[in-house]
Amino acid sequence: SFFGLVSQGAEIDIVLDGQESRKTAELKLEDGRKERLPLYYDGETVSGKVNILVKKSGTKLEHQGIKIEFVGQIDLYFDRGNRHEFVSMVRELARPGILTQGVCYGFEFVNVEKPYESYSGANVRLRYYLRVTVVKRLSDLVKEQDICVHTLAQYPDLNSSIKMEVGIEDCLHIEFEYNKSKYHLKDVIVGKIFFLLVRIKIRHMEVQIIRRELAGSGPAALNESETLAKFEIMDGAPVRGESIPIRLFLSGYDLTPSMRDVNKKFSVKYYLNLVLVDEEERRYFKQQEITLFRRAEKRRRPIANSYIEQAIFHHRTAQFGQQQQPTTRAQQQQSQATPPLTTPEDAAAAAISPGRHGDANNSAADSPELESGSTHVSPALPAARSAPGIKDVLGEDDDDNY
Amino acid sequence: MSTSTQSAASIQRLQHKRQTLDDAYSPPANFLEIDVCNPETHGVNKDRYTDYEVRMRTNLPVFRLKESSVRRRYSEFEWLRGELERDSKIVVPKLPGKALRLQLPFRGGGDGRFDDEFIEERRRGLEDFINKVTGHPLAQNEKCLHMFLQEQTVDRGYVPGKVRTT
Repeated sequence: SFFGLVSQGAEIDIVLDGQESRKTAELKLEDGRKERLPLYYDGETVSGKVNILVKKSGTKLEHQGIKIEFVGQIDLYFDRGNRHEFVSMVRELARPGILTQGVCYGFEFVNVEKPYESYSGANVRLRYYLRVTVVKRLSDLVKEQDICVHTLAQYPDLNSSIKMEVGIEDCLHIEFEYNKSKYHLKDVIVGKIFFLLVRIKIRHMEVQIIRRELAGSGPAALNESETLAKFEIMDGAPVRGESIPIRLFLSGYDLTPSMRDVNKKFSVKYYLNLVLVDEEERRYFKQQEITLFRRAEKRRRPIANSYIEQAIFHHRTAQFGQQQQPTTRAQQQQSQATPPLTTPEDAAAAAISPGRHGDANNSAADSPELESGSTHVSPALPAARSAPGIKDVLGEDDDDNY
Repeated sequence: MSTSTQSAASIQRLQHKRQTLDDAYSPPANFLEIDVCNPETHGVNKDRYTDYEVRMRTNLPVFRLKESSVRRRYSEFEWLRGELERDSKIVVPKLPGKALRLQLPFRGGGDGRFDDEFIEERRRGLEDFINKVTGHPLAQNEKCLHMFLQEQTVDRGYVPGKVRTT
């Protein structure tokens, strides 16, 4: 976001080095619009040029100094004024003086640290930006330019599967398994649901991806849940002994890496939610946290963008015939997860009771979950045996709507 | 940016146990059917009342009888609803209307609450109600429900509690 650039006679423009060849990433602005920003990584130098143009030639622009800052900050939306800068570097561009015509300054923040990934969420935002300030007596001229930062992680050494038996005593016992506990953003979730006991009339089953953002700390902390994906994996009534496979491609969804207690200000966690719906629209579910991370991409031939390189590139393709698409990508596109099916929860819930509508904000508090019978393998999460057990299991009408 | 770098093995389906033919072809373990039917009006004039047959067929182990048929009237459904609201943890669905207006003498036209149309609508509502409740895993084991469905008469002086699966 930028402000106050054209006022009072001067136009400030920040041009980053290598912008034509640099990768970009999309980030949501505060108002919901999406913006494409140049992408940087931790340790990369941020450099470029600042052009200051005096609007009407001949006029004089007197100033008390010109500087540029590189800032990394966390904004908590609900607490206006609660801005925490975790990175702040400044370079002086010009001493106090007078500008009569356009001027250009170079700047360089060498190997600047960018410890966290850019994030734009419901109640909190983490952003990196450059800010040029022309200090004047009455009011400064300011121009900001955002950049986007991604953090990369290595493929984890230990990545055990998640396997658990859950259910309701004497009514429903299932065993679910997901092949990993940590997935990268373009990964595939491979799993299965095995039915051990089915004494209820199930109509269908789906898997959901839920993002839970926790902003702030203590009593003022805000929890925001968003269902990012719904994917039906079974239609119809299963019986004992049946296995239902799960294959969910993550690249189709707008996901970020899991963020744990970033700068002690916020967390972003992801959950797989397995939901079974019976003939009377009662919903039985089990949420399981998974970790998402951003994997470094394999080196690929950089796409040519200069004219000369393009000419050579064309020449090469002409020589070797059709450009080959990686076959697996074509296959992947075919078996890409179909757009999530919307289930008629709203209509159903309205039929059963004057229940709550709206997003799954309160899901943590009163949503019922299947009890865990036993846990296998993964130390990822302990099997939570809720003491009240029956009470908060299966509240048909208290169900939130996704 | 594709999963072309993943091997086929890593996205193969997980191994699963084969279902036995027995499991695949035996009757499902969730068989439960309840019909509310055959409304009959008993008595004459002012002391008339209507009751309905509540017929149940099931293979759920929690129910003592796999088949049962009893006759119940609206007030007994109301009693059941009250018991469930108090004892079970579920939000109990609503019963069809009480039809208080229809019981006033000069409502005009029809037979009031002995009107065929009214009885049919009520029958449907009672059937929905009893099916919803009996199929609910958290209400299935209430003694009041079992007595309502499988005992010939409803003993309002019973001891509330839960039924253990036989």
